[in-house]
Amino acid sequence: MTVEVTRTGDGLRLSRLDLFFVELLRQVPVSAEPGDSEAARDRLYPSATSDPRASEDWRAYVHPELKEFFTSASDTVREDLENFEHLDETTDNYSFEIPADHFDQWLNVLNQARLSLAARFEFQEKEMSQNGPRTIETVRDLSLFQVHFYGFLQECLLQDLGA
Amino acid sequence: MGNGETTVEKETSTESALDVPWNVVVHNDPVNLMSYVTMVFQRVFGFSKDRAKKHMLEVHQLGRSIVWTGVREPAESYVEQLQAYLLLATLEKAE
Repeated sequence: MTVEVTRTGDGLRLSRLDLFFVELLRQVPVSAEPGDSEAARDRLYPSATSDPRASEDWRAYVHPELKEFFTSASDTVREDLENFEHLDETTDNYSFEIPADHFDQWLNVLNQARLSLAARFEFQEKEMSQNGPRTIETVRDLSLFQVHFYGFLQECLLQDLGA
Repeated sequence: MGNGETTVEKETSTESALDVPWNVVVHNDPVNLMSYVTMVFQRVFGFSKDRAKKHMLEVHQLGRSIVWTGVREPAESYVEQLQAYLLLATLEKAE
């Protein structure tokens, strides 16, 4: 399994993608949704203080703004994901470019996805600091692989941003 | 207007409570990348790269870092910005 990452003048180009990686990329905005996981929702929409009344206000006034911000970033990523290129129909070889002016939205949605998955599957610090699973046999293994792959993409974007 | 005077007094005391210095605290989590956290500190607070890294390492090694202290309203705004970047940020009264 290989992915080629190239910096172009206009963005970050991912090429030599097989269908497995195409699907992982398509899953970025899907995985970002906390869905029915309370742990994921609590991580994306945390409280700001231990004071119950202030927390209630935070939920009422700030969380809707955060949701709007996250949804807007996800919409941008979903639109970008409409643009896979499949130049050679005889091979399983796709490419895709993340536009430079969408790097911030991608960083955000990749982070939403990583945090949601980590909260939903209760990944431990040790699992996060290693290189990812050696084999993928369960949904949990696949999700851990996703978290590491999305982290790799974030590192590439951050390098391009000079971070 | 007796009631009105009482209300004013209450508002004044609430305002004093709000003026207590507040800390913006960022807590560690095993998911956010260190380079990402550094970039967020530079963007939100305008920190130099060295200062941003110092706070990032504090978060990573000590579990938390006080990144800003001041009055409540801007403190809340900073916490909201940090949460929009998906950092675990909270507001605490400064001791």
